Order: sequence, then C-alpha cells, then structure tokens
Amino acid sequence: MAWETVIGLEVHVQLSTRSKLFSGSSTIFGAEPNTQASLYDLALPGTLPVLNGEALRMAVKFGLAIGAEIGKTSVFDRKNYFYPDLPKGYQTSQLNHPTVGRGSLTITLEDGSTKTIGITRAHMEEDAGKSLHEAFPNDTGIDLNRAGTPLLEIVSEPEIRSAREAVAYLKKLHSLILYLGISDGDMSQGSMRCDANVSVRRLGETTFGTRAEIKNINSFRFVEKAILVEAQRQIDLIEDGGKVVQETRLYDAEKNQTRSMRSKEVANDYRYFPEPDLLPVVIDDAFIASVRDTLPELPDVKSQRFQQQYGLSHYDAQVLAADRDTARFFEEVAAKSGDAKLSANWVMVDLQAVLNRQELSIAHSPVAADDLAGLIKRIKDGTISSKIAKAVFEAMVAGEGSADAIIESKGLRQVSDSGAIETMIDAIMGANPRQVEQYRSGQEKVFTFFVGQVMKESRGKANPAQVNELLTRKLKG
Amino acid sequence: MADLLDQGIASLAKSLARKEISSVELTKTYLSRIAAHNPGLNAYVTVTAEQALAQAATADAARARGTAGPWAGVPFAHKDIFCTQGVRTACGSRMLDNFIAPYDATVVERMRDAGLVMLGKTNMDEFAMGSSNETSWYGPVRNPWNTDLVPGGSSGGSAAAVAAHLCPAATATDTGGSIRQPASFCGLTGIKPTYGRVSRWGMIAFASSLDQAGVLTRSAEDAAILLQTMAGFDPRDSTSVDLPVPDYLAGLGQSLRGLRIGVPKQHFAQGLNPEVERLIRSALAEFERQGATLKEVSLDNSHLSVAAYYVIAPAEASANLSRYDGVRYGYRCDKPADLEDLYKRSRAEGFGAEVKRRIMVGTYALSAGFYDAYYIKAQKIRRLIKNDFDRAFSEVDVIMGPTSPHTAFALGSKSKDKDPVAMYLEDIYTIAVNLAGLPGLSIPAGLLNGLPVGLQIVGPNFAEDRLLNIAHQFQLATDWHTRTPGVAAASRGDR
Repeated sequence: MAWETVIGLEVHVQLSTRSKLFSGSSTIFGAEPNTQASLYDLALPGTLPVLNGEALRMAVKFGLAIGAEIGKTSVFDRKNYFYPDLPKGYQTSQLNHPTVGRGSLTITLEDGSTKTIGITRAHMEEDAGKSLHEAFPNDTGIDLNRAGTPLLEIVSEPEIRSAREAVAYLKKLHSLILYLGISDGDMSQGSMRCDANVSVRRLGETTFGTRAEIKNINSFRFVEKAILVEAQRQIDLIEDGGKVVQETRLYDAEKNQTRSMRSKEVANDYRYFPEPDLLPVVIDDAFIASVRDTLPELPDVKSQRFQQQYGLSHYDAQVLAADRDTARFFEEVAAKSGDAKLSANWVMVDLQAVLNRQELSIAHSPVAADDLAGLIKRIKDGTISSKIAKAVFEAMVAGEGSADAIIESKGLRQVSDSGAIETMIDAIMGANPRQVEQYRSGQEKVFTFFVGQVMKESRGKANPAQVNELLTRKLKG
Repeated sequence: MADLLDQGIASLAKSLARKEISSVELTKTYLSRIAAHNPGLNAYVTVTAEQALAQAATADAARARGTAGPWAGVPFAHKDIFCTQGVRTACGSRMLDNFIAPYDATVVERMRDAGLVMLGKTNMDEFAMGSSNETSWYGPVRNPWNTDLVPGGSSGGSAAAVAAHLCPAATATDTGGSIRQPASFCGLTGIKPTYGRVSRWGMIAFASSLDQAGVLTRSAEDAAILLQTMAGFDPRDSTSVDLPVPDYLAGLGQSLRGLRIGVPKQHFAQGLNPEVERLIRSALAEFERQGATLKEVSLDNSHLSVAAYYVIAPAEASANLSRYDGVRYGYRCDKPADLEDLYKRSRAEGFGAEVKRRIMVGTYALSAGFYDAYYIKAQKIRRLIKNDFDRAFSEVDVIMGPTSPHTAFALGSKSKDKDPVAMYLEDIYTIAVNLAGLPGLSIPAGLLNGLPVGLQIVGPNFAEDRLLNIAHQFQLATDWHTRTPGVAAASRGDR
C-alpha cells in the first residue's frame, strides 16, 4: 500500500531589527541575562508597547518578495497564557489580520523540477524569554533578553508532500530571508525555528489525515529526519489498526523519534482578543511602494538572468543564485576574469570545497574574488594548465600571494614553446625506441606513456594541447 | 489658615508669586493637616513628606531666581495608580503593596516638571475596580461630608483628600466613572478627558481601551490648569493622540449664549432620585438664564452600556492583570511548592474578591465558544453607543444630566449584600461616556440633605475646552463648588 505524507510548515524567523518589537531594548544575542530588558519587557505595571516601524517594513518586504497580499490594516492581538518567561502573561501576535496575507514560494527539487508551495500568511509577533534550569539547582532562572524580540511566523499551506520538499522549502525560505536582509537566519541561535504539521494518507485519497504538530525543530537535517520518522510512525500506527490523534509532539534527535508532549502543556485556550494598547496598523500604497523600492534582485530572477547573461545551466544558476553573497562573489569573478563558465566552476567546486573544509562563509573566503579572477585569467590565456591551476589555487588558499606571484616564484609558467617541447620529445623518443616501435606497429595506447614522459620531463608545465599535437606528428613519423 | 486652605491652584499660585507664602510653608500646612485628619478619612495611603518639602524648597528657590513656572510650588496629590519613581505604587492592592516603582508615569513627570509638589499617593479601589472605594487593600475611604458614607470610587482617596482640604487638587483616573462619580459624591469638579488626550504611560492599566487620566479639583479653573499640565501627545503611549492642546485657561471667558444643551431622556428616567432630578433641572435652568437652549435627545442604547462595559472592561483586565504572577515583582506567596502553586496562591492571596471576580468574568467572556456571544457582541454595542452620541452631537453642543442617580451612600450598604450588580449600576450615567471615548465632567450642582449632587457635562471628542468653559461660567454664577464639608466636618473624621 502506497502512502503519501502531507506537510505544512510554520517557520518562525527572528527579524534582525536593532531593537525589540515593542520596546527600545537591544536584540543582540548572547548578552548577560536581563541586561536587555526594558520596563516594558519586564511587564512592569503601567508600561505600554510602541510598534517598531523597522519590523513592520521587514514584514512587508517579505510579503512583497513572496508576492503576497499586504494587509493594509493589520491588528495585533493578545494571546493569553501563563508561563514564567512570558512576562505579561500574554504574547502580542496577529490572529485575524496579519501583515502578510496569501503568497507563494517556488522550490526546486533534486531532479531539477520545480513546485510552488502556497504560503497562507505571515504574521508578526513577539518572542518569549528563556527559562534557565542548569545554573540553579532548585530554582528556574528567567532571562528576558529575548522577550519581545520581533518574529515573523510564516505559515505554509499543507502542500508539501515529502521530507525532501520540506527541506527544499526551508532552504528556499532561508535563502530568501538572507537576500532580503530581514534576518540572520542562524538556526543554531534560534533565528529560524520550524514547527511541522505532518499527516499521512493513502495515495489517491483527497481528504487529509489527522495531523501531529512537531515543535521547534532547529536544523534542516532534523526537519527531514523528524518528518520521516513521524510519517513512518503514523503509517505503522494506521496499518496496525490504530488511529492518529491530533497532538503536539517533540522530536528527540538523539533517539531519532518523536514523542507526545503532555496534553497539559498544550491544552490551552489562548483567549485571543485585539491588543487595546496598540491601534490597528494602517499602511498606504506609498509605504508599500517605498518598501518595494528596497527589494533586491531575488534568487529566482537572478537565476534566470545568470542563465541568459552568462549561459549557465539551470542547475548552476540556481546554486549560485541561492545565496546572495555567493552570487555577488561569482559575478565579481566573472566580470574580472572575463569567463563566466570557468568562474562558475571555480566558485561552485574548488572554492566551495575550501570553504566547506575550513567551515567559512563566502564572505570570509581566504581567496578574494579579485584574486580568483586573476587565476582564471591565467588559465584562459594559457599561462597555466587547469591542473597546475589547482596547485596555484591551493597556494593562494595558503596565503602565498596572488596567482601571478605564485606562478612566477614557483616557475609554473606553462611551456608553450614548440621548439622546447620538440627537443624534449626527440630525447624521449631516442631513449625509448621499443615504445616507438610498439606505437608504430599499431599499439596506440602507448601514446599516453609518451604524454606522461613529456609532462614528467617538463614538470607538468608543457602545454598539453601542444604536447598532443607534436607527439602525434612525430610518432607517426 | 482656613482661608489658605480654601484657595485653589490659581489663587495659591498668586500668593506664591507675590511671596505672601512660601511653598515650604504651604506644604507644611497641608502635611500637618494630613497628619491630623487623614487617619479618620484614609484618603492617603502614602504621604511623601520629605520629598514634598524638598520639592517645595526647590520651587521656592526657583521662584526666588525668577525661573519658576506659573504653578511651581503648589501642592497636590497623585492617585496611587500612577507610577512614582522610588515611591510605593500599590494601586490599592496587596499584590503591589511591596512595589516601589522604578520609573515615573508621564503624568507624574509633567506635574513634576511644572514644579507642582506631590504630597502623597491617594487611596483607591483595588486596581480601580469599584465605585465606593471599599475594595482597597488599605481599607475604605470615608466621605468628608459624612464619614459614614462612601466617597465614591475608584478615585475615592483623591476625592476625599480634595474635599477635606488635605490637598487643593489631585490626579485621578476614570474607566467607567471613577473621576466623575467621586466628584459628584464629594462636591468637586472632576474631568475625564477624551480617550487619548492624556498619556497612559505609567498609569497602571485596568481596562486599556477605557482608562483615562484626569483631575479632581475644587473649580473648573483649577481643572483647566492641571489638565493643561497633564495633556498632550506622548510617543510612549500609542493610543495617545497627536493633536495640539488648546489653552484651557484662556478659553474660560466664553459666553454660553446660543449653547445647545442636549438632555438625554434616558438619564431622567426611572431610578433617578426625584430630588436629584429637581436640583439638576434647576442647574439646567441656570444655563438657560445664561442664554443656552435645552433640547431633549435620545441615547437609545444607553440601557446596554453597563452590560457591555462589564464584558469589555473585565476582558481587558483579565489580560492586563496576568502579569501579576509572583514571578518578577509584587506579592509572592510563601514557599510555593511548584510553578502552579506559585501562580495560584500568589494570585489568590494577592488579589481581592472584586478583582478576582472581574478576572474570572473577563476570562469567561474571552474563552472559546463564548467570545462571539460576549466580547464581539459587547464591541458591537459599544459602536452603537458611540453612534448614539454622534447623532446627538449633530444637534447639540454638549449633553447634560445627573452624574449619579443619588447622593453618596452608606459604607457597606452596597458592598455587603454580595450583589455586585447593584454596585455596577452606580455608573449607569457615566459608563457610556467611556465606551464612546468622550470627555466628561462633573460639577457640584446643589446639595441634597447636606450632600453634594453632581451635574455631568459630556462633549464631543477633544471638547475639553468647551466643557471647562461651561463649568466655569456656571461656577461664576453659582457657589455650589465653594461649599465644602469644612474643617468641622473633616474633623469628624478624627474619631
């Protein structure tokens, strides 16, 4: 029996405003506990919220980037529940009138096909603080530095059909928010957090199965594993004659399983009602236009352009355009080297390998775009072969200087002087008469032996094309 | 000294300017009067003598240098709902009995910047929930006109303090009538401005969409002076309105000729004490004498206002009071067993019965399955009530009627019978004004069996200047606002 997994994702993105959603406190991560909590963040009596205009702009920017309806009138609501790190006893969020309405995101799957996932809405809300259990043996510490940090909760339609699609969706979202500059997207610091609604149904069924919500998954890898393991749990359950119950579950990465949260933790009536301390947020077309003006070229558009302008393949263009810094780096190398395809290869393969190995982002690349372009120019003009270029590149990574300097100091300039190569060939043929005879008697595979000898003699610097040409001519006699 | 104590802010400021008296002397006079009479009235919960004398000395020095503002050195009191840095701000609750505010409310800041001298903080119903000042953790306040009676609420401490001459004026707040009803019961001028006119920053929230700060004074002129000082846009309160504040004092000289006064028939119907009605009608006749015309208007939905209010206000309060959880400040129960116990006992022990009742009513009204039937319905009624006023103000300039259906009632008479609705009906004429967000004012309009009766004047949005002028013209022609329980009456509070 074939099964289909139905997934909807709720992604919380921490907006990278300097101050909090409703107070002037800083949002910088990692400060001493409670040093970034103002009167309002502490929920002192008599304090009131004032909306951070920058957070609103960022939310609208996201909405425009996913082609969403922008709520001309958005309303904040109070979501009521008691928790020690929720100082006011309610979270200020948006229920019925979010800032961002319906939009969509197109993802590219591994086979190169694309799929458009609907986004139901994206609403603004404040984050809670943190409860600290480790430092206090019998008590719980409360750190309110994070309380009030602006979040954008992005809710997808249940249109995702596999764990891989879910990951592709998240990666696309991640790429987009970095492009827009509205979040640092750092999952390890909780700047992007994901809840997954997962249900299963038999292939061909049109109604949804009962879903379970998996809370707070904090890496792309765990999202994939959590969805896979939860879907399998539900399938096994149903095949054994059981029923899925609607509940909230937690993913345990160590055991690679999901487990039910106690119903007490989730059985909450949030008693939403409009936040009376804030007026409805009314924005006009001029405001929306002013935000639209700040939109950068987005990944899909950029990828299209890379294909047209540089003749890159769809795949290469997608990979390069997915990350804003990588795209920028590539374009700089391409412009300075004058060879877009070589530039694409070097950025995607060789440079990426070094970055992965050294765990660096491209912004901290050990080889500057300018220098990489310098290397590519030397490949293009035949000064060095592609093979020698790899060695030059490693030296550049090690900080030994520019491509030209390394080629000079190590004497790696390619030998393209046909006289010098001919002399070498003559000497080698003279020293290996048996192999010459073999070649001439039809054993053409011995040709590679001669190529190897010439490269060895020239210490790899002989221009391979010339070596091929001259050897063929001379061997054939 | 009796003379001095009868003086309002305008006249005290003149005496200070002429150096007939210093602010320190004036402050000492009031402090000693508070020491003598407050124990019987319980109007103040905190007296800030040391700070007051320091502020007074500063004001005197500024006067000597010629740098003082016009009202510098005049003493007054703050309702204990306004956060005052370094001074306990308890809001009438055991929950905040240990709460020393670490910051000043905008109202407090503005009064201090004007050089006014804070004598102390006044008693109030717990979290401003009450109409008799009997729900305070600090005990009931007594009415200086007759200490067996309530002063009204929730600003009962401010009203009693002004009426008993324990200060010339006091700040107050009004969510459903908490300025106007005590003004009526204590023979004072009390104004609740338009919602958004005065910043709520630092004013402890009861019902955010209804709460508004104002003043209790002994004349419209004094109310104009203090409101001028308090009012205006505050970027810290998103609901405060960015409109210029007119010069209230300069606007007090307008004739009332041609003024169109609306008389809502619903406010002169069953339930109104006929003697109160007689006094209100004779006040209206005074306005006619001054050239105003009367026109009956109808506020069709006014009978729904109390019901709508007692859904909306508790709903907002239920969320506003969630922060009092024993975690960060305020009352915390002894030795909590776990988190649940901490919440339950801190709140059960920290809040009084009326506050708990309203939290439960509000929580119920917002809960799943009831939200549409209560909260949404109440909001619709609120809109209808606002429409009633809008319609009326297309025909008249102001609306007048009784502030309360009767005079001050006996302590315990409405709180002990365990019928909270009887107390809720106290605000029957005032509540609709809050629901509509309009400015309302109460002035003394006569005495019934030796007790004050208040006339309510309601205007369109931001017509505070009009209300103050009308009240002032009335006070130029009558002397009800000068009637006081007097020193003798206040001393009855000594027992």
